[in-house]
Amino acid sequence: MIGLTYLCAVLATLPLLLILWHLIVKGASSISLAFFTHMPRPVGEPGGGMANAIVGTLILIGIASAIGLPIGIGAGLYLAEKKSTPLAHSVRFLADVLNGLPSIVMGIFAWQVLVRPIGHFSALAGGVALGAMMIPLVTRTTEEMLLVVPTSLREAALALGYPKWRTSISVVLRTALAGIVTGALVAVARIAGETAPLLFTALGNQFWSTSIREPIAALPLQIFTYATNAYEELHQLAWAGALVLISIVLVISLAARFATRSRFGAPVD
Amino acid sequence: MALQSTEMVRETPPRPATPATPVTPVVQLRASEPAVAPEAAKPCIVASHLSAFFGNTAAVRDVSIAIPQNAVTAIIGPSGCGKSTLLRCFNRMHETVPNTRVEGSVEILGSSIYGDGSSPIAVRRHVGMVFQRPTPFPTMSIRANVAAGLRVDAKSHAARGATSEIVEEALQRAGLWAEVKDRLDESAIALSGGQQQRLCIARALATRPRVILLDEPTASLDPLSTQKVEELVYELRQTVTVVIVTHNMQQAARVSDGTAFLLMGELVEFASTRQLFTAPRDARTESYITGRFG
Repeated sequence: MIGLTYLCAVLATLPLLLILWHLIVKGASSISLAFFTHMPRPVGEPGGGMANAIVGTLILIGIASAIGLPIGIGAGLYLAEKKSTPLAHSVRFLADVLNGLPSIVMGIFAWQVLVRPIGHFSALAGGVALGAMMIPLVTRTTEEMLLVVPTSLREAALALGYPKWRTSISVVLRTALAGIVTGALVAVARIAGETAPLLFTALGNQFWSTSIREPIAALPLQIFTYATNAYEELHQLAWAGALVLISIVLVISLAARFATRSRFGAPVD
Repeated sequence: MALQSTEMVRETPPRPATPATPVTPVVQLRASEPAVAPEAAKPCIVASHLSAFFGNTAAVRDVSIAIPQNAVTAIIGPSGCGKSTLLRCFNRMHETVPNTRVEGSVEILGSSIYGDGSSPIAVRRHVGMVFQRPTPFPTMSIRANVAAGLRVDAKSHAARGATSEIVEEALQRAGLWAEVKDRLDESAIALSGGQQQRLCIARALATRPRVILLDEPTASLDPLSTQKVEELVYELRQTVTVVIVTHNMQQAARVSDGTAFLLMGELVEFASTRQLFTAPRDARTESYITGRFG
C-alpha cells in the first residue's frame, strides 16, 4: 500500500517534469536575447521576439494585482475578524463559487461591463477579468492564514492594552503576513497563464503598446495565435513563449516559497 | 531561597466551629510566611457582587472580594469553577469574548474599572496579564516583545529614548536578563518555553503595571521552569500586586500570601494561605484541599 502511494507521489510530479522537459527541448533553441527585446516579425523574416507580449503580460498582472490583492486581502481580513455574521457566511460561499467559475465566463463578464460600454478591447478589461479571478483565491487564503494565528496571541495583545484594530494589524496581520504574501503570489502565478479571460478583453496586439486603454499583447494569447498558425517558425516561437511563461510562473512560485520563511528564518507556526 | 526551606505542616491549630475531622493538608506551606490576613491588608482590587456571564450562563456568581496590595493572592478551585473568568474580569478581558457580560463592580486602587469614564484599553495598560501558554509575538525580536506594550501607548512615545533601559529593567525583574542580554535582537520564539513565559512576564512588567494577573502561568512548563516562575512571582510582590490562578494547590501554598477558593462560580472562602490550608472555615474548602474532590 505504501508502495502504491509512493508511486502516486512520483506520478503527481510527472506532468510538470514532462512539460518542462518538452518545453526545454522544443523551445530553448529559439530563446535568445532578441526574443525578449525584439518585436514579432512577419512570417518569412528571420528572428523576431515577443517583447510586446512579455511586457503585456507583466502589465496585465500588474492591473490584476492592483484590483485583486487589496480587495482580496481586505475581504479576507473581514472574514477572519467577523467569522459568523450573515455577510461573512455569504461572502465565503460566494467566494468559493467564484473560485470555481470557468475563466471564460470571467472574460464574458469583463467584456460585458467594460469592452461593450467603452466600445473597444483594452488591457484594462483584461486586467479586470484576471483581477476578478484573483479576488476569491486571495480572500480565502488570507482568511485561512489569519485564522491560523492563535487566539492567544490576539488576547496577549489586547491584554497589553492594544486597541482592537491595532491588534488586528500589528499582531495578527503581521504574524500571518508571510502566509498572505504566499497566497497572493500563488494567485498571481495562477492568473499569469490564463488565456480564456483575455480572448475578448485584452484581445492581443501585434504592435508595441503599453496603454491600458488599448488592446494589449499577452504571452498566452501570443502562444495561442502562433501555435494555431501554419508556419513552423511561429510554432518554434510559441514553444519559446510557453517556456518563458512557465519560467515566470516558476519564479513567482519560488518567490512564494521564499516568502513563507519568516524574518527569523523559521516558519511561523 | 525561601522556596527551598519548606516544611510539612502537620499541626492542626484549634479552630472555632470547624468540622469534626481534623484537616490533614496535602500541601507544603512556606515556613517563613508573613502572618498578614488578607482582610487586614490595604486592598488593591475590590470586587463587589461581581457576576460574569457567557450568554445566560453565569461563570462567576456574586463574588465580593478585596485583594490586598503588594501581595500574592492565589485563586484555586476545580476545573470550570470560574477562576480564570474571575481573573479576566479584573482587566476587562472577559468582555473580549462575544456574548459575554459582567455585572457588579470592580475597583482597582480606588477607581472603578467598569465605570462610565473607564476604557478597557486604559485598564489593561495598568493591569498586566500572563496566560497559560507563553504568547511571545513570533514576528518580533526579544527586545521588541518586551517593548510591545510601551510602543502602543501614545503617551510613552515621549519616553521612547528610555526604551532600552525599560527593556533591561523589565528583563531583570523577570529574571531573564542574564540569559538573553546578548541576543536581544533574535527571535522570541527561539527561546525555551520557560524563557518565553518569563519573557511574557517581562513584557507585562515593562509598562509598570500596578497589578499583574497570572492565569495558570506554569501549566505548560516543566518543573524547573515552573520553579523559576514561582520564585519570580514570590519576588514580584515587593513591588506589584499579583493575582495567580492555579489548579495546583501546592503552587498556591508555595507562592501566595492569601488564597481564594472558588467553587461553581462562587467564592467559598478567602483567607490567608496558611489559614486556608490548615484551618479552613468551610467544609467544602476542606474537602477540596484534602483531595476529596476536584
